[in-house]
Amino acid sequence: MTELYTLTIHEAADLLRQKKISSVELTKAHLNRIRAVEDKVKAFTLVTDDLALQQAQEADKRIASGADISPLTGIPIAIKDVICTKDILTTAGSRMLEHFKPPFNATIMEKLNAANIVMVGKTNMDEFAMGSSTENSAFFNTHNPWDLQRAPGGSSGGSAAAVAAGMAMGSYGSDTGGSIRQPASLCNLVGVKPTYGRVSRFGLIAFGSSLDQIGPFARNARDAALLLQAIAGKDSRDATSSPNPVPDYTASFTGSIKGMKLGVPQEYWVEGTQPEVIKIVRANIERLREMGAEIVDVSLPHTKYGVSAYYIIAPAEASANLARYDGVKYGYSYRETDDMWEAMEKTRQYGFGAEVKRRIMLGTYALSSGYYDAYYKQAEKVRSLITQDFEQAFAKVDALVSPASPTVAFKLGEISDPYQMYLQDVFTIPANLAGISGVSIPGGFSEGLPVGLQLLGPAFGEEVILRIADAFERETQYHTQWPHNL
Amino acid sequence: MIDRKTVENVAKLARLGMSEEDVTTFQQQLSVILENIKILQDADVSGVSPTAHASRLTSVMRADVPQPSYPPEVLLANAPDQEDNSLKVNAVLEGE
Repeated sequence: MTELYTLTIHEAADLLRQKKISSVELTKAHLNRIRAVEDKVKAFTLVTDDLALQQAQEADKRIASGADISPLTGIPIAIKDVICTKDILTTAGSRMLEHFKPPFNATIMEKLNAANIVMVGKTNMDEFAMGSSTENSAFFNTHNPWDLQRAPGGSSGGSAAAVAAGMAMGSYGSDTGGSIRQPASLCNLVGVKPTYGRVSRFGLIAFGSSLDQIGPFARNARDAALLLQAIAGKDSRDATSSPNPVPDYTASFTGSIKGMKLGVPQEYWVEGTQPEVIKIVRANIERLREMGAEIVDVSLPHTKYGVSAYYIIAPAEASANLARYDGVKYGYSYRETDDMWEAMEKTRQYGFGAEVKRRIMLGTYALSSGYYDAYYKQAEKVRSLITQDFEQAFAKVDALVSPASPTVAFKLGEISDPYQMYLQDVFTIPANLAGISGVSIPGGFSEGLPVGLQLLGPAFGEEVILRIADAFERETQYHTQWPHNL
Repeated sequence: MIDRKTVENVAKLARLGMSEEDVTTFQQQLSVILENIKILQDADVSGVSPTAHASRLTSVMRADVPQPSYPPEVLLANAPDQEDNSLKVNAVLEGE
């Protein structure tokens, strides 16, 4: 029999419903897999094995009772450590929150618990989701299961590595500038950045509130759709969550993209992209054409300003959001002084890591008197232009196709210059600025390392891009590949 | 290139403690980043209004009805220091 950890979510859900396997068996298979490979991968900040087995037993009871069950009932899932889990450590990858146990669940956790998922653990990440390699975690590096010398991408690197290594069947991450799509690209996964407002942010530790979205990682498009379905929808505790009805995502999976119009943004062929990545993405575009899609060139003329606008807006929002870490209410607190200001300054000096400080500094600078108009206001205007570029493109095409990341997985320690690391997100950032939907899907391999293909859809276009992802998978089968050396 | 004084001032605004060495590092790194994102100034934004958020909603209101909250001991469970169901902090006002 195939190892249970290699099943897809939809396969496992069928077997659970038919009572051919139990959730306890499925969960034990994943906990055993964690025991076997986690020492090498280091995807988890916390493995919740006791909780997982208890939740698996509850799921089995629910299935036995004949009650109506969700496609995720009894499925082992990993959660990025930036999503609040009641009474369970939620560190955001930071010393600041090393011992923090939230008094409440994020809305997505309430939904997932109501669906009787099995949580196997919390996953490692760049501190406060700031980074593209997970090397900014205050605790340890996560290794890419495809090559343990390399980074899994970031900031949701632990969530990506856990699924790529078979330690969880699916996972959730957060994407502020590419933190789901880029690690999905580097780990051969499907990673969805939903439309801004599609998923409640309540209980997601804030980084850039106008950009952040929670989304899933999966080993195929159908699983990704099921994982998104479970968390999407309006939430009264997040005023930016959308009242738009949530469609049945897998209902659109016809396997055909005949007659669809796909745009190739000309500004996305940029210097700094590895030639092999360009070659593979171009071949994928040809494949989509052969599958019956009409391929047209489109222009997103303000693309070149994307990274710059993002590195004003995201740090500006972060500098405000992270002002709450003052050592008073929760988190790390410097206590060796009676002076209020000194306590606050040293709390933040010792509690935050280098990248977080850099962004707080950059954001505070951009918002400070004398620089506000030149930086922040200018960036917000450019954001409007980038949004308009997409609106004009989506008036002509159903979706856009591009590389997800300019490179394959890079070696741990290889990128030491902060600005060079920022360029990892050159293809993913514009979608966050415009608040549209995006997904990275397995697009092939360059010398054994995964290359991701990014599909961008309009706002609330998840149905369209997931349908393309599913059809592409049926043709290519890249998503069925596993890392060999684990 | 931003100067040392600017870095120190921004750190103060952000209430971020910093060693002399940190100031030097941030001065260098922030200068590189600002140099790279300078291109932003080239964008023609005449007549463009700023976008503050990507939400397609405006003025979301709800009824002003009290909702159940958490007991103080739950909310204070993560507090570094507390007394009588309150957060305990250093003296805020100076003097006697």
